[in-house]
Amino acid sequence: MPCVGDWLNSPLSIVQGIFAQNVPNSDWEKKVTEFFKEKLKENNATNWVPSLNDVPVHYLKPNSLVKFRCMVQDMFDPEFYMGVYETVDPNTNARVLRFGKYRDVAECGPQQEIDLNSSQTVTSERQTFYCVPVPGESAWVKEISFFASQARVSPSTSYTPSRHKRSYEEDEDMDLHPSKQKEQHMGKSCCWLQILCFSGSDIHGCVEPKRLETEASAGHHVISPNCSPPLDLNFPLPGEKGPACLVKVYENWESFKVNDVLEVFGVLSVDPVLSIVNSEERDSSTLDPVECMDTAEEQRVHSPPASLVPRIHVILAQKLQHINPLLPACLNEEESKTCEFVSNFMSELSPVRAELLGFLTHALLGDSLAAEYLILHLISTVYARRDVLPLGKFTINLSGCPRSGAFTEHLYRLIQQLVPASYHLRMSIESMNHSRFIPHKDYTANRLVSGLLQLASNTSLVIDETQLEQGQLDTAGVRNVTALGNLITWQKVDYDFNYHRMEFPCNINVLITSEGRSLLPSDCQVHLQPQIIPPNMEEYMSSLLTAVLPSVLNKFRIYLSLLRLLDYSISDEVTKAVEEDFVEMRKNNPESVTADDLHRMLLVARFLSLSAGQTTLSRERWLRAKQLEALRKARLQQQQSVNGNEL
Amino acid sequence: MSSPASTPSRRRGKRGRGSNPPTPQDARSPPSQKRRTDDSTGDLQPMPTSPPADVQSPGAADALFSSPPQFRHSAIPLDFDISSPLTYGTPSSRVEGTPRSGVRGTPVRQRPDLGSVRKARQVDLHSDGLAEDIVATEQSLGQRLVIWGTDVNVASCKEKFQRFLQRFIDPLDKEDEDIGLDLNEPRYMQRLQEINMVGEPFLNVNCDHLRSFDENLYRQLICYPQEVIPTFDMAANELFFDRYPDSILEHQIQVRPYNALKTRNMRNLNPEDIDQLITISGMVIRSSQLIPEMQEAFFRCQVCAFTTRVEIDRGRIAEPSVCKNCNTTHSMALIHNRSMFSDKQMIKLQESPEDMPAGQTPHTVALFAHNDLVDKVQPGDRVNVTGIYRAVPIRVNPRVSSVNSVYKTHIDVIHYRKTDSKRLHCVDEETEQKRFTEERVEMLKELSKKADIYERLALALAPSIYEHEDIKKGILLQLFGGSRKDFTHTGRGNFRAEINILLCGDPGTSKSQLLQYVYNLVPRGQYTSGKGSSAVGLTAYVMKDPETRQLVLQTGALVLSDNGICCIDEFDKMNESTRSVLHEVMEQQTLSIAKAGIICQLNARASILAAANPIESQWNPKKTTIENIQLPHTLLSRFDLIFLMLDPRDEAYDRRLARHLVSLYYQTEEKLEEEYMDMAVLRDYIAYARSYVNPRLGEEASQALIEAYVDMRKIGSGRGMVSAYPRQLESLIRLAEAHAKVRFSEKVETIDVEEAKRLHREALKQSATDPRTGIVDISILTTGMSATARKRKEELAQALRKLIQSKGKTPSLKYQQLLDDLRAQSETAITKEMFEEALRALADEDFLTVTGKTVRLL
Repeated sequence: MPCVGDWLNSPLSIVQGIFAQNVPNSDWEKKVTEFFKEKLKENNATNWVPSLNDVPVHYLKPNSLVKFRCMVQDMFDPEFYMGVYETVDPNTNARVLRFGKYRDVAECGPQQEIDLNSSQTVTSERQTFYCVPVPGESAWVKEISFFASQARVSPSTSYTPSRHKRSYEEDEDMDLHPSKQKEQHMGKSCCWLQILCFSGSDIHGCVEPKRLETEASAGHHVISPNCSPPLDLNFPLPGEKGPACLVKVYENWESFKVNDVLEVFGVLSVDPVLSIVNSEERDSSTLDPVECMDTAEEQRVHSPPASLVPRIHVILAQKLQHINPLLPACLNEEESKTCEFVSNFMSELSPVRAELLGFLTHALLGDSLAAEYLILHLISTVYARRDVLPLGKFTINLSGCPRSGAFTEHLYRLIQQLVPASYHLRMSIESMNHSRFIPHKDYTANRLVSGLLQLASNTSLVIDETQLEQGQLDTAGVRNVTALGNLITWQKVDYDFNYHRMEFPCNINVLITSEGRSLLPSDCQVHLQPQIIPPNMEEYMSSLLTAVLPSVLNKFRIYLSLLRLLDYSISDEVTKAVEEDFVEMRKNNPESVTADDLHRMLLVARFLSLSAGQTTLSRERWLRAKQLEALRKARLQQQQSVNGNEL
Repeated sequence: MSSPASTPSRRRGKRGRGSNPPTPQDARSPPSQKRRTDDSTGDLQPMPTSPPADVQSPGAADALFSSPPQFRHSAIPLDFDISSPLTYGTPSSRVEGTPRSGVRGTPVRQRPDLGSVRKARQVDLHSDGLAEDIVATEQSLGQRLVIWGTDVNVASCKEKFQRFLQRFIDPLDKEDEDIGLDLNEPRYMQRLQEINMVGEPFLNVNCDHLRSFDENLYRQLICYPQEVIPTFDMAANELFFDRYPDSILEHQIQVRPYNALKTRNMRNLNPEDIDQLITISGMVIRSSQLIPEMQEAFFRCQVCAFTTRVEIDRGRIAEPSVCKNCNTTHSMALIHNRSMFSDKQMIKLQESPEDMPAGQTPHTVALFAHNDLVDKVQPGDRVNVTGIYRAVPIRVNPRVSSVNSVYKTHIDVIHYRKTDSKRLHCVDEETEQKRFTEERVEMLKELSKKADIYERLALALAPSIYEHEDIKKGILLQLFGGSRKDFTHTGRGNFRAEINILLCGDPGTSKSQLLQYVYNLVPRGQYTSGKGSSAVGLTAYVMKDPETRQLVLQTGALVLSDNGICCIDEFDKMNESTRSVLHEVMEQQTLSIAKAGIICQLNARASILAAANPIESQWNPKKTTIENIQLPHTLLSRFDLIFLMLDPRDEAYDRRLARHLVSLYYQTEEKLEEEYMDMAVLRDYIAYARSYVNPRLGEEASQALIEAYVDMRKIGSGRGMVSAYPRQLESLIRLAEAHAKVRFSEKVETIDVEEAKRLHREALKQSATDPRTGIVDISILTTGMSATARKRKEELAQALRKLIQSKGKTPSLKYQQLLDDLRAQSETAITKEMFEEALRALADEDFLTVTGKTVRLL
C-alpha cells in the first residue's frame, strides 16, 4: 500500500491500484471512497490537504488531492463519460483496461488508441457544479483557515509561503510549473490566459499572496487580439476574488442544492488538453455546423480554460453547516471531541456575552438596548418553515443612525470582524437601478448569471439606507427593491428563468441601517439613541477594535456561530404562562398587542434564551423579553412624538 | 432494416452480447440503406405484390436487411434521384408517362432522425475478416433471422405491426382527441385513410396503444427504435399502398411513435437510456437556425464528366481523389446543386419547472430536429418530445493521443407534442393521467371516502394560519372549481366554472400569507400585487422583437394563470384602469386585446383570489363593506364569496392563538409535518379531482337550489329590497359543484347545496350585513352606494338632529310631524326612505330611538 505522500500527491495512482485489484467487480469505486475517507479521518489529515482557497492554482500540482470550500453557484447538465475503457496498441494488439473516473481526459499510453467499441466500456454519469468561494467570506475566515493548513502544506506543493514579490521573469522561467511544458505546444490560444494570470499575480503578489490570482475579469483588458472578451467568472458579489471551479460530483449529487456551502476533497485537474479540445472545436464549428451543438458562449462558460477555472473531481464532499474555522466542521453530538468543545465553551458563555454586549454597546455609540437587539439579530437563523412562513428570521431596522462620520460604514466593519460572511449593500438610486440583484438564467450561455442576492445561508447582509437620496427608480430598481422586500419577508429569492420564475429559499440575516423608518419591511425596528458622539468616528471605531484582544475576538466569533446551531424548546408550563400573559395584555388594550407582536416577543424570547446558552424558555427570560420589547416600543413612540408626523 | 450499424458497441457491453466486433456495414448510413432496400426490392419483387408478410421468404428478408455490399452497386439505378423531392428540376417531367403511385413510385424520404447515430459509430476497420462470419451466421440462422445485435425478427415484427394497425381499437378512447374517428373501427386504419385524403405521409402511433396490443413489440420498439421504426415504416407503407394503390404522396409514410412510457422526466435520463426510445417533457428555450446537412455529395469529373455520389460518413464526405472512369487524379468536383441536403435544427429543451426538485437548477438537453420537424416549436413552448437518446464521443483529435472522456448527448426527435397548445381547449389529459400512479389514485380515492374529508382538507390548507375555517373552506372550494358548462349553442357562451374570492380585513391578519400559500400550492398560480401591477402586466402586451422586427404577444399574469389561480394582493391599491381589465376576465373569462395591429381574444379562465385592505387601514365596523374598501360594486358582485378577516377580540380566541403561535416557536420541522396532511397529497387530490371529477346537478339538488334562491329573494322582498340576483344563484351552483368534487362525486347532491348555502350565507353575513340595520342586504354588494349619496345622507342626518334640538327638550316626537318639518326646511326633495335612513343614523349614534310612529330622544 502506498505511503502518506502518495495519496496526497498522486491520488490517481492509488485509485489505479485499487482499480487494478478489483477490476472485474464494480465495487472498486466504493473502495476508493472508503480508502480516502479513512485517510482523511486520521489526525488533522484534512489540514494536510492543500486548499484551493488559499493556494493559487498554478502552485498546486495537477492531479494532486486538494480541498475547496465553496458555494454551489450553478448546476450544469449531467455528463456521460467513459467510466471504464480499453486501450489497444495497434502494433502489438495488447489491450489495457483503464478507468475514466476522476479524470477529464481518457488517457492512453503512447502508441495506444482507445477502443471505443470495446465490450468492456462502461458509460457512467457524473454531475458538474459551478462553484465559487463563499460570497462575502470575511478576511478573518480566510486568514485563520490559511494558517491552519499552511503549517503542513509544504510537502504537497511547490508553493512556499514566502511572500516575496514575484517578477515576470521568474514566472516565465518557472519550469516547475507542471503544465507549462504541455502548454508550450498549444500555441497562442492559451497564452493570453497566462498573461492574465501572471499580471494578476503581480498585483496581489505583495498584498495578499494567499489569494488566487485569477480574478473576475473586470479590470483586465490585456487581451491578445484573437480572443473574445475575458470570461466573467460569475461571482455573486462585485469585487470578489478567488478561484471559480468546476466541481465534478460522482455520488449523491441530488442531495446538493444551489447555494449550498460545500467542502470538497478531490483530484485537481488543470489539464491544458481541455482547452485545446475546446478551441479546436470552436475553430471547426464554422466549417462543420452540425457538430456545433452549443453556442460559442455556452462553450466558453461550460468548458472554460482549465488554467482559469480548474476542475476538481470529487472523492469526498460534505455540506458545511457553517464556515467558521474556529469551530469543529461538523457539530453532531456523537463525537466526543465536539461535545467537549461545546460544553467547554458553554461554561464560559456568560462572560463572553457580557463582553460582547459591552463591545457592541460601544460600537453603537453607547446604546445598550440596540446592542442587545444586535446580538439577538446576529444569532438569528431560519430554523424551520411552516408552509410559506419562515420561522426564526429576525430582521432589524436600526433607525436613527447618524449620517455623519460614516458611522454605518464602520459599524459594518465591526460586524464583518464578527461574522464569517457578510456583505455591505449601500443603497442608492444608482446602485438600485444598475446592479443585478436577482440571479437570472442566460439561455445563450446556458448558465445562471449570478446576482447580489445569491448568498449562502447565514450571510449577514447589511443594508445601508442612510445614503439613499430622492430620485427615480426605474423598472430594474423597482424589481430590486421588491426582491429585497421578498427576501426580508419570506426569506426567498425568485430567480428569473425568463419564461418562469423559480423560488429559492434562503437564510440571510438582514440588518437595515437608516435615518427614519426604512422603506423596506423589517421584523423589528430599533431606534438608536447615541449616548456619545465621538468627534472622529474613524479613530473611535478603530481604537475600539484594537482594544479587543484577538483571543477575545475569536471567542465572539465562536459565540455567534455556535449559538445559531443550538436547539430550543418551550415547556408546557411556560406555554401556559405565555398564553395567560397574552390574553391579559389583550384584555387591557386589544389594539396594542396583536398576533404580530406576540410573534416578535416569542422571537425575542427565543434568541434571548439562546444567547444566554439556555435551550428552553424560562419565565424570567419571557419577562425580560417583554421588558426589552416594551423599552423598544417606548423609544419608538417617543421618537414619533418628537418627529411629529414621522412614522 | 438497418443492420449492425445501428448498434453501437457501447450498448453491446451492457447487454452482454459483446463478442461480435462491428462489421464494415457499420460505415453505411441507415437512410441510404433504406433507399437501397426499396430499390432492391423493386428489382427483385415489387412491394405491392409482395406476398403476405408471414409467408415472406427469408431470402427476401435477408436481401432486405443485410444487403451485402457488392449488391448495392448494381442496385442503384441511374435515374434514382429523379423522384427525390430534393432534386432540382420537376420530377414529373422526367417520370416516364405514368403518374407516381404505389410503393415503387413514391419516393422515400430519408429519416435522419433515425440515422444520425452513424456519427457515433466507430468503425473498426481491422476486423474486416469477421464481417463475413456475421453474414454467414445470419444466413445459417435461416428462419430465425434477427437483426444483428437485437432480438428483432423483421418479418414477424412487420407482421405484428400490420396486425396492430389493422385491428387495434382503443377500448378507452377519448372522444375529444380524435374528432371524426369512428371509435368502433380500427383506429389506425382510419388514420391511413386520412393520410390518403389529406396527403400528409406521417402516421403517429401512440406507444400506449401498442403496449396494450403487444407488450413484446412495444419493448422492442423502446429498446431498438433504430431497427424497429423502419420496419414499421415498411409495414405501414405496404398496408397503405395495398389499400390505396393509386394514392399519391410526397414521399413514403413515416411512422412516428409517441408517448413512450420510458422516461417522463429529464432528470431520470441515465446511460441506460442511450439509443432507446424515450419521451420527455420540457420547455424549449432556444432553437438554432436551419442547418442544411449534406446527406449525399454529387461529384463530377471535370475531364470525362463521369459522375458519382458519396454519402456522408460520420459527418464527413470523402472526396474521391481519382476518377474511376478516366483515372485522372483530383478531377472530381462537387456539384452543389445535385447534392442532397436535409434540414436540421438544434433545439435546447429545459426541464419543466414542475419537474424540478426545490433548490436545484433545471437541466437541459439538446434535441436535433430533422426535415418536417424543423421550426415546429418556438422558444417558450412546452412540449413532449419522443425521440432516440444518443451519446456521441467527442471527436478524437488526431494530434493528441488522449481523448476527452465525456460524451455529448442529444435526442433525435421523432415526434413533438405541444402541451400548451392543447391546454387552450381542454385540460391535457395525457399528461395529467400519467402523473398519478395507480396506488396514488387508489390512495386518493380511499381518502375521498372519509366522511370528514372536506374538513380534513380545509385543515390541511395553510396550517400555519390560525383558524378562519370558513375562509379556508371557501378557498378550498375555489381550488376545486365548479364544472364547466357550455351554452354556446343557446347563445350564452361558456358559463364560468371558476370561483372568485375576495378577502378583506384588517392589515396583519395573514391575508398575504394565505395568498402566498395558494400561489405555492397550485401548479399554474400567479402572484401579483395590486400596487405593482399595471393593466399590461396583468393582461398581455405586444412587443417588437428587436432581432426579427416581428411583433410578439407577451402574456401577463391573468393569461398565464389560465386554468389556475391568480392571486392579487393589495387589490384596493390597484388603479382604476387596471381593475377595469378584470371585469371581462371575471365574468367572460376571456381577455380582448387590440393593440399594434393585433386583435385577439385570449382565454383567461383564472380564478381570482384577491385581498384588500380597508381604506382607513382599520376596518370600520360601522360601515358597509363597500364603504370600507371603496371598490366599485360592479367588480365586487363578480366575487362569489367575500370574506372579512377581522381580528376577533375574544379571550378564548386569543388563548388558542397564543398556544398556536408558541408551538410554532419550538416544534421541529418533522413534528410539524406529521400533524397535517402533506402538501403534496393535497395538491394531487385537487389535481385529480379537477381533471377527473365533473359533477352534474342531481334532481334533488336542483330543487334545493331553487328553494335556496327563492328564499334569498324572499328575505329582501319584504322590505322592498332585492337580496339575490341570478349571479348569486350561479355562485351557489358553482360552490355546490365544487363541494361535490371534494367528495369525488359525479352528482351534486343536497348536502353539497347545503354546504354551498351555508358558506355563501357565512360570507354574506360577514360582508353584506348592513351595519346599521343588521340585515343581510345583498344590494350593498350589487348596487353599492355612491360617495355623494352617503354624504347627502350624512348631511340630512345632521339637519335632522339640528331640527330636533331646535325643538327644545321634548322627550318624544311624532314621526310624520318630523318628516313634514324636515321637508319644509329642506331645499331638495326628501323621500321617506331618506328620512328613515337619517333617523337610523341618529339612532346609531344613540341620539334617539324610533318606536312605531314616535321618535324618542335619549
